[in-house]
Amino acid sequence: MTTAERLLSIKALDETRAAKFAGRKRVNQIALTLSLAAMAFGVFWLVWILWETLRQGIGGLAIATFTEMTPPPNEAGGIANAIFGSVVMVAMATFVGTPIGIMAGIYLAEYNPKGWLSNVTRFVNDILLSAPSIVIGLFVYAVVVAYFKSFSGLAGGLALALIVIPVVIRTTENMLQLVPPGLREAAYALGTPKWKVILSITLRAARSGVVTGVLLAVARIAGETAPLLFTALNNQFWTSDVTQPMASLPVTIFKFAMSPYENWQQLAWAGVFLITVAVLALNILARVLTRNKL
Amino acid sequence: MSSTFPANAQTLDLAAERARASATPPPAKRPRTGAATDRLFGMLAKGAALLTLVMLIGILLSLIVGAWPAITKYGLGFLTSSTWDPVQDEYGGLVMIYGTLATSFIALVIAVPVSFGIALFLTEMSPSWLKRPLGTAIELLAAVPSIVYGMWGLLVFGPILSTYVQQPLQKLFDGVPYLGALVSGPPVGIGILSAGIILAIMIIPFIAAVMRDVFEVTPPLLKESAYGLGSTTWEVVSKVVLPYTKAGVVGGIMLGLGRALGETMAVTFVIGNANQLKSLSVFEAANSITSALANEFAEAGAGLHQAALMYLGLVLFFITFVVLALSKLLLQRMKKSEGTKS
Repeated sequence: MTTAERLLSIKALDETRAAKFAGRKRVNQIALTLSLAAMAFGVFWLVWILWETLRQGIGGLAIATFTEMTPPPNEAGGIANAIFGSVVMVAMATFVGTPIGIMAGIYLAEYNPKGWLSNVTRFVNDILLSAPSIVIGLFVYAVVVAYFKSFSGLAGGLALALIVIPVVIRTTENMLQLVPPGLREAAYALGTPKWKVILSITLRAARSGVVTGVLLAVARIAGETAPLLFTALNNQFWTSDVTQPMASLPVTIFKFAMSPYENWQQLAWAGVFLITVAVLALNILARVLTRNKL
Repeated sequence: MSSTFPANAQTLDLAAERARASATPPPAKRPRTGAATDRLFGMLAKGAALLTLVMLIGILLSLIVGAWPAITKYGLGFLTSSTWDPVQDEYGGLVMIYGTLATSFIALVIAVPVSFGIALFLTEMSPSWLKRPLGTAIELLAAVPSIVYGMWGLLVFGPILSTYVQQPLQKLFDGVPYLGALVSGPPVGIGILSAGIILAIMIIPFIAAVMRDVFEVTPPLLKESAYGLGSTTWEVVSKVVLPYTKAGVVGGIMLGLGRALGETMAVTFVIGNANQLKSLSVFEAANSITSALANEFAEAGAGLHQAALMYLGLVLFFITFVVLALSKLLLQRMKKSEGTKS
């Protein structure tokens, strides 16, 4: 092979390499452009939905929204009873679900993290965390509503509590695991009983994380509709009697938005606006809390 | 000490007693009460953990008991019969099961590639100052209640879909045998397709967040080695990151599928709630398990109607349970390999 031939073959090789590299670069560019497009696609929906909620929601807001009861079709009114019902049921659910969730989280993180009960509980909990919420409504209907033969705010609160529990268990366990073992050992070395170590050392150290979990749980149930449909049902009037059917914001929105009446739809937008703002605010608050902690 | 002041002996004695008690560790009595509290506290914690198991079993039992009349009457034939007639008291679940599966399928087809793109962008492309806000935005999208999506889908998105997609498609495929039938239906923008699209928008954040998290688990050393050999970003992601994280990626997709199957409000608003299977058009009103439950359960009288709805709920719970359990197992495997390989 002469020198000229060798140089030529090297040049040919270089050219095929360069062509191949150009091809690879092109594939890369296409992939990255598509990825950018996907990101834009995702953000686009967020912006559109929030924008529409904001625009229509603020348009539907008025003082009467907060002071008057749900009206019949084509009459002025507000959604005061629905807001009140939502607050009552969410509060009930939080007060019932939070202690249970925290205790179970404590068991998973502090008592027997590797035992069979913990492993099974963790598994079941993760499934309950994403289980269809309407099935939880069916469960509460079968257990509570069918037994008392009446839809009630109590049943609605209970259904929501069953959704709170898995969320709180998950965050409590994760946050307790972040507490350095040295803290616990120091407390044990002083002769502190276990329950006291947990309550005043570990749980206290993980406080902001646990609060975050509760906030996220509240945000989750504030917008839940499905489990309330056949537990709390709905109520056109103001009621603070939790043994009676109770209106809630999401169920009212559902009913009003599906109706053909202009004023009902407007109230539904106002309600959706309120829920969205509340849920997003809770989420952002939860985020801020953990960021300061970690 | 108190003996030096005999006049106030008694009071001083008491004070000293108290001081001594609080200063030195209590010898015998305190620990015993502590142990009792300890046991009680431990039992409470264990009870709370057991409660979640009881919840799951309770849900299953109550569904089976509630559905029993329908189970004994129809057996598994319930799953393949498409009659749903409350007037004749004749029930079959095929229409709803089909609706649930079809909407979830459409949702996955749209959501998986988009979520993958988003995760790729967030882990490999985004400038670091943009990572956090964009990640947060995606996570917030996951937090928006489903009723917001549903209402937006019905009142905003549906009409737009009908005007700009359905009607042109109908004009285009007018008279074409199969395609024409696939896009037929009244131009109102509700049906399987809108429900699938809304579901896709809903589950994109879930899948994207999980994918991002598992992508970030890939050891930097692996990626850097590939870059060092001259790989492009795409080659690193498709040949290093994706094979390394595939269990986690599939787990994330399953998680999204679980959400889509069980979603109620977003679907109920836009699916149209009609119990028909005559037309397979993606624009024809249909029904899903969740929307049938949401619309009919409160009004259904006790009896076969309610039992049939409970049966549907049981089917739904069973499907989602299997999907979620699978997702959980895959993600767990991912976590384990993270421990051994990195």
